[in-house]
Amino acid sequence: MIVDFAIIAAKAFLVLFMVLNLAGILGWIERKGSALIQDRIGANRASIFGFAGLGLVNTLIADPLKFLTKEDFIPPAGDKFLHTLAPCMALFTALVAFAVIPFGDVINIGGHAINLQVANLNVGILYVFAMGSLGVYGIVIGAWASNNKFSLLGGVRGSAQMISYEIAMGLSVMGILMVYGTLELQEIARGQGTLIRDLLPQSLGFLQPVIGWLPAWGIFLQPLAFLLFFTAAVAETKRIPFDLPEGESELVAGYHVEYSGGKFLMFFAGEFAEIVTAAGLVTTLFFGGWQVPYLLRDGFHFPWGSQWLLPHLAVVGLQVGAFTVKVLFFCWLQILLRWSVPRFRYDQVMRLGWKMMLPLALVNVMITAFVILAAQ
Amino acid sequence: MDASNLVFFTLATLLVISSLLVVLLRNVVHCAMALVAALLIISIFYVILQAPMVGVLQVLVYAGAIMVLFLFVIMFLNPAPQQQSGVWLGFSGLLALLLGGVLTTLLTKAERAADPVASTVLFGSPEMLAKSLFGDFVLPFEIASVLLLVAIVGAVVLAKRERRS
Repeated sequence: MIVDFAIIAAKAFLVLFMVLNLAGILGWIERKGSALIQDRIGANRASIFGFAGLGLVNTLIADPLKFLTKEDFIPPAGDKFLHTLAPCMALFTALVAFAVIPFGDVINIGGHAINLQVANLNVGILYVFAMGSLGVYGIVIGAWASNNKFSLLGGVRGSAQMISYEIAMGLSVMGILMVYGTLELQEIARGQGTLIRDLLPQSLGFLQPVIGWLPAWGIFLQPLAFLLFFTAAVAETKRIPFDLPEGESELVAGYHVEYSGGKFLMFFAGEFAEIVTAAGLVTTLFFGGWQVPYLLRDGFHFPWGSQWLLPHLAVVGLQVGAFTVKVLFFCWLQILLRWSVPRFRYDQVMRLGWKMMLPLALVNVMITAFVILAAQ
Repeated sequence: MDASNLVFFTLATLLVISSLLVVLLRNVVHCAMALVAALLIISIFYVILQAPMVGVLQVLVYAGAIMVLFLFVIMFLNPAPQQQSGVWLGFSGLLALLLGGVLTTLLTKAERAADPVASTVLFGSPEMLAKSLFGDFVLPFEIASVLLLVAIVGAVVLAKRERRS
């Protein structure tokens, strides 16, 4: 009993710790990475006894300290309570969404079978969407409570954008849910452990030598869904090219224009936590989650017949490591994207969401349904 | 009092308080946020009652989408704080007391089922929900979805401005 509680608490703490720290490190990657892209030096001012650590001291120690010691300004005509509540909601929903994402298979330690996932809900991915839809409140309420026309406009834009792209996001995942036949993310990750040759029906046997050796990852079975989902996920994090809610050239800073100090830091950290969650979701749904190609529970089984058996802990370690690497890659990809493309116009964002992504997602669902029916 | 009762009564108290706040607060945005809190607590009840699917849908649809649209409208219209008249408050209070009395007597006098918690873990799972929706109740389900589609098309037609050429 106590051991079970301790295991759950340890998992929750570990995931929260990793997501928060990754969010902090992403702040560093964003500043130094953008400097690299734009041929600048980037954050290099702060140092401890001359040690700047490539800007790590600046972004991980000096910046948070500065945020936390700044004046916490609440607009006098605004709403004190809601102005304080909004950043909490934004950060909270971003942090708890990661709870259902599995970061490894079941690990056996001392007679305990530990599922490397904080919460194994049978509604799985819907929970992530629910938390994402609650995240809208952080923006809407924060924008309204600031009593500022710029932030109100930003809040309205943000909520419209997030609701629109939630629909495209949900529909794009439908194909994945149909292919793997479950809502549980752990089961989806497990379903990607087979090879495509095990799924191919007899009638498509001629494709066997061409694609049969590929792992049955979502990206190979649902490539269109991946593009739609990743685009919608970037739109949900409200970053360039979808950062209309902030739009500093039009709205100063959009919904958080009246936020300073620690509360701004919470919005900021929430955004990076959303990046981590989006990367975790993309990894789990489309890139096998914690799966390493050809790595089964007892070691590697290559398609050409050779084997390389490994002990249990090594296998689990490899899987958790693979998950971490994939998540880091997609975090980096999102940051690269943010510094590489210009911002859309607002009507373009809406047209893309409703008139292109939504129909494409529906077509994807239809095609998937027909293929599944035909293969049965 | 065991742990599950403790959880229930804590949540129920919070639910009653937040529901009262929806009615009693002056600022409309505060009312809306209290309603969101009430919806969230109800969704926790669904999860406790082995119906996580309904709970998540409650958050997704009501708290996450419909209430955001409510807030949208409230923020655009920016109504002045409500002034409630004493007569109206007294009348609605009387009605609420009556309803509460009737419901309490009905619920306490009703015979309890032999096994009040006959639900299993599978009872509210997505699989069971899908099986009943697309199996036993597929016709009502399809009729309801057509009805919703008609409503959506109607709303779009009504909201669309006529272009004068």
